[in-house]
Amino acid sequence: MNEEIMKEDTGTHDPSLPESPETPLKETVSTFRLVATLAVAGALAGLLIVLVNQHTKPIIDKYKAEQLKIAVYEVLPGVERYSTYYLVNDRLSLNIPEGNKDSDYRRIYVGYDILDEVSGIAISRGESGFQDVVQIIFGFNPTTGKLSGMKVLDSKETPGLGDKIFKDMAFVKQFFAGPETPLIGVKIGAGKGKPNEIDTITGATISSKVVIDIINHALEEWRPVIDRGIPKAPVVSKFEETKQ
Amino acid sequence: MTDSSVKITASPHVRSAESTIKIMWSVVISLIPVVAASIYFFGPSAILVLLASIAGCLLTERLFGSTPGSLADGSAMITGLLLGLTLPPGFPLWMAFLGGGFGMAFGKIIFGGLGQNVFNPALVGRAFLQAAFPVAITTWPAKTQHWWALQGDNFALPFMSPVVDATSSATPLGNLKFGDDPVVTPVIDLFLGTTGGSLGETSALLILLGGIYLAWRGHLNWHIPLSIFVSTFVISGLFFALGISQFPPLFMLFSGGMMLGAFYMATDMVTSPITNKGCWLFGFGIGFLVVIIRVWGGLPEGVMYSILLMNALVPFINRATQPRLFGTSRKKKKEAGS
Amino acid sequence: MRKTTPSQDFIRGIWNENPVLIQMLGLCPALAVTNSVKNALAMSAATFFVICCSSVLVSSCKRFIPNEVRISAYILVIATFVTLADMLLQAYAPVQHKELGAFIALIVVNCMILGRQEAFSAKNNVYRSLLDAIGTGIGFTIALVMMGGFREILGTGSFLEYSLFGANFEPWVIMVLPAGGFLTLGFILLAMGFVEQRKKTKTTLTAEQSP
Repeated sequence: MNEEIMKEDTGTHDPSLPESPETPLKETVSTFRLVATLAVAGALAGLLIVLVNQHTKPIIDKYKAEQLKIAVYEVLPGVERYSTYYLVNDRLSLNIPEGNKDSDYRRIYVGYDILDEVSGIAISRGESGFQDVVQIIFGFNPTTGKLSGMKVLDSKETPGLGDKIFKDMAFVKQFFAGPETPLIGVKIGAGKGKPNEIDTITGATISSKVVIDIINHALEEWRPVIDRGIPKAPVVSKFEETKQ
Repeated sequence: MTDSSVKITASPHVRSAESTIKIMWSVVISLIPVVAASIYFFGPSAILVLLASIAGCLLTERLFGSTPGSLADGSAMITGLLLGLTLPPGFPLWMAFLGGGFGMAFGKIIFGGLGQNVFNPALVGRAFLQAAFPVAITTWPAKTQHWWALQGDNFALPFMSPVVDATSSATPLGNLKFGDDPVVTPVIDLFLGTTGGSLGETSALLILLGGIYLAWRGHLNWHIPLSIFVSTFVISGLFFALGISQFPPLFMLFSGGMMLGAFYMATDMVTSPITNKGCWLFGFGIGFLVVIIRVWGGLPEGVMYSILLMNALVPFINRATQPRLFGTSRKKKKEAGS
Repeated sequence: MRKTTPSQDFIRGIWNENPVLIQMLGLCPALAVTNSVKNALAMSAATFFVICCSSVLVSSCKRFIPNEVRISAYILVIATFVTLADMLLQAYAPVQHKELGAFIALIVVNCMILGRQEAFSAKNNVYRSLLDAIGTGIGFTIALVMMGGFREILGTGSFLEYSLFGANFEPWVIMVLPAGGFLTLGFILLAMGFVEQRKKTKTTLTAEQSP
């Protein structure tokens, strides 16, 4: 207890001045004590964090799952429930190999209609936009290849310009109107009426083309996997979500 | 201001027989054809936008300028004129005014006035406007039917958005980069100025003439524009030949703000290097950055940012090109090294 | 070293030694997350929580912390409370948490907090340390809300999401971008320096030196 250096000091410090060094030490504190103090403090801190984490984690996870669920159902209208499929060894699987982290695997969300038929697939993907990565989720029908919806999950695009990719409803609605894929972006008014045209946003051409590119790239990547077949008759797994 | 005995290190271009005022006003004179052309192409909107940005600059200089006589030296006038020329014709006047004031205050006065600034004040104003009002500054309203009609919502109330009709035309650069069927605008159109764009962006020919006039009068260091053109031409030519970029080199030279930037912005005496060697480095850097930004950047045009970036490097260029260090063949410029 | 009264401890951090505007500490969050008043308030609240808890803990445990490892101990204490604040915000204000992103975690390295521990809490009793922490926290909040207000009014035309200018307002996009943070801080410091200078020339007192 080196009280001599921890004496009460009621004076204040001018913070602009460098902190004056403490009174010279008379005895060196043993390394053991230093380590022990920090270890005890660390243990206490860890305990506190664990306690709070136990309390907040379920809330946080629930919120995240809720957000994902809302997004999936939004881009897959008319879907009754969905299952998460992981890409394991280039095949779709409902489960990941034992002992692996769930976040290490890329996945798609397969939606089923009331008759338990596959009626839509949602894919989330991010690519760099004008400012930072734009993360979107979109749904499409694997038999017709038509899109059923798109939602921007995360974007830091320029406020007032690039953020129109999720604020400009005229742009967003086009993805819900069932355009065919692969999409092509056209300037408003320049379209030729093809079923795969998406009108880009004036002044935010890059951001709107990023959305279109993400969808096209994701489909290019996933179509072969999906066409190889989605394991039928899904077993009810813990990842399964049902609409409430 | 004939200071033959006093050595000024900040602006060595100012020679004993000449005064700042003289140089500044001859720059203004050389810009008259460009201004006239912009009025010819864009009608009364051009006058309004130019006047607004000039007013912003003059007022700011008058209010905050360090020396009382600084208004008369014409530098504020040039800043306003150049800034106005980089703006689209349908630009709201209050924004042009604000840009002028901002460029003047934060590009020049805050550094201590003329001769002390690091960046070209007109480009500082333009950069601010680009960042603050990205939509308005990239809206190029389709040409109006009558010459005397306004080109857009010039009279938008302060703090209010301009009301723009849906038909906006594209600039040659924007069209090539983001258009649906990219077309390379014929170089002759770019050269004569029959294309859309900012007030001073359209006619390369007139800017070229003005620039040559200034260079002939000795008010402009021709090394800078030449080095910019050479580097832009060579680098974009290389990329074009390799098939990396879709911009033909001549198109690169005559489109966008290239001409105006190279002749009038990059050559700003205060913010460009002292030695000719430094000027070549400076110009090469600008050309290189312009090509990079135009080909890969998120913006259609990169002249402004290239010049501003290179402005920031000028002190280093000056130090690196100090003639007395290694220069054995550059003794004639000895007096220029600070 | 002059003695200060508890009330001075409290007031000092709010204005005379405002952490952001005078001491220039904690500029990272002040620049990064003040693009709206709401974000500024959330950040201030998290920081306020961390600085108060840390100050209380550090001042009450100062006898057990060996001098050689005091900085590590302070960081440990601060990091713990930051982690708590992070988790609590994520659980109860997920939208704000997403907006603030990594900057919550970066409260750990906010020199303002560490500075108060080292300069004050380590040497004063719990009561005074808490007063000091509250004062500093309020000062930080004032600075952030000032910046957030300025940026939100110009950048989105609203204050606390309440629209001020109507639908036709032209937002100054730059103000909600990072560059706007620097501009705003510059404006505020410019104004404060201007006022300070005028005060000085008016009074021309040498006693102005120390607060």
